[in-house]
Amino acid sequence: MSEIQDKIKQIIVDELGVDDAEVTENARFIEDLGADSLDLVELVMRFEEEFDIEIPDEDAEKIQSVRDAYAYVEQNQED
Amino acid sequence: MRRRVVVTGLGLVTPCGNDVPSTWDALMRGDNGADYIKKFDAENFPVRFACEVKDFDAEDFLEKKEARRMGAFTHFAIAASDEAIKDSGLVIDESNAEMVGTYISSGIGDFWAIEREHEKLLNSGPGRVSPFFIVSAIVNLAAGNVSIRHGAKGPNSATATACSAGAHAIGDSYRIIERGDADAMICGGAESAITPMSVAGFASMRALSTRNDEPEKASRPFDAERDGFVIGEGAGILILEELEHAKARGAKIYAEIVGYGMTSDAFHVTMPDETGSGAIRVMKKAMKDAEVSPEQIGYINAHGTSTPYNDKFETLAIKNTFGDYARELAVSSTKSMTGHALGAAGGIEAVFSVKVIEKNMLPPTINLENPDPDCDLDYVPNEAREAEVDYVLSNSFGFGGTNACLIFKRFDE
Repeated sequence: MSEIQDKIKQIIVDELGVDDAEVTENARFIEDLGADSLDLVELVMRFEEEFDIEIPDEDAEKIQSVRDAYAYVEQNQED
Repeated sequence: MRRRVVVTGLGLVTPCGNDVPSTWDALMRGDNGADYIKKFDAENFPVRFACEVKDFDAEDFLEKKEARRMGAFTHFAIAASDEAIKDSGLVIDESNAEMVGTYISSGIGDFWAIEREHEKLLNSGPGRVSPFFIVSAIVNLAAGNVSIRHGAKGPNSATATACSAGAHAIGDSYRIIERGDADAMICGGAESAITPMSVAGFASMRALSTRNDEPEKASRPFDAERDGFVIGEGAGILILEELEHAKARGAKIYAEIVGYGMTSDAFHVTMPDETGSGAIRVMKKAMKDAEVSPEQIGYINAHGTSTPYNDKFETLAIKNTFGDYARELAVSSTKSMTGHALGAAGGIEAVFSVKVIEKNMLPPTINLENPDPDCDLDYVPNEAREAEVDYVLSNSFGFGGTNACLIFKRFDE
């Protein structure tokens, strides 16, 4: 697991109050991790802050799982 | 025939204790909840002390994630409501949920969230303002969250009537049950406004005591040396219930709520009416509602803020309302011990009023060392007193000239 993934995972655990083990790549925020719409906004804000990136609303809507988050942040960090 | 409404549960979080038993014991000892402010660095503030709630951790009863999306006043409301509902034994389920309501007021809402998020807005721009900001800050979210937590689907409301807000919540809930819109109400007030902006604002208007060298002596209602109120915080919650509903489930009945009055001074935004008219009229309205004569009232839990004006004009109003009988009447200000919890005060003091009837004890007005010549009633000075009273009246007066008065009665079939 990359350092980026590690950080993302930690943010998810912290924001959603879930166990480390629940944050698998396949886990979806709403269906599997119990997030609501406000949690998703807060999560995206934390990613923006932590990785110093801007995530436009149309992109944010597509980040629905842990895998989506890993991919989006890794891709946009490299740019 | 009027539906009768009784009190079946009590809950408190106060600067003197984090539940009803510990707070009541503190009041009976005449303990004081004031100390130097610990919630923020008040070093450069004109007022450096307050009555803060102590050793309270929201995560003792809320998930971290839940706690984070609520204002601090909502945390207090949740804790006090949990206690009150448990105390009442009321089970909220499918059979009654639509007839159980929540009505928890706050004078201010969550200044903490406003101050924190405003700083983010200025420093980092609008994109950094939390999605939980609005639901933490707004006044009705104590009632909203308590409703969600307990599945209460009846009326869900809150007033923001400053220091009368908690009393209005209870009075309005009494009316809601009386007219048949609910069978039970979780009601009262909650406040957590010991924040930099709030303390600066109240200090700026010279409302607060500046007795920085002796915080424990600062809240001294009716004393000649009083110089302002001491800001407090907490929550006071009652379970009100329609009498037959309470009896049917074999509930313990603490007291009956029999009187409610509301008036306005129509005079000044902060100063009380100099004739005491708003306060006189509100006490008379509540007594008319309760169908009692002044001589039947045995104890008044005064608004008694420890500001020069309030205590003088409240005394004048009591003398005018009760005539010669005012001299025989016991009046005390529990704010001498708890400080002034603003919108929570009416809820907290309603709990105390009910405890007076239950325990046959009157809480004292502490720090009453040199009585003000204008304040010449029996304020139960400095020591709790045994007394069996059948009717208790509780006053709350707020900025904007808004007044509320509640009357509780010893329960009698």
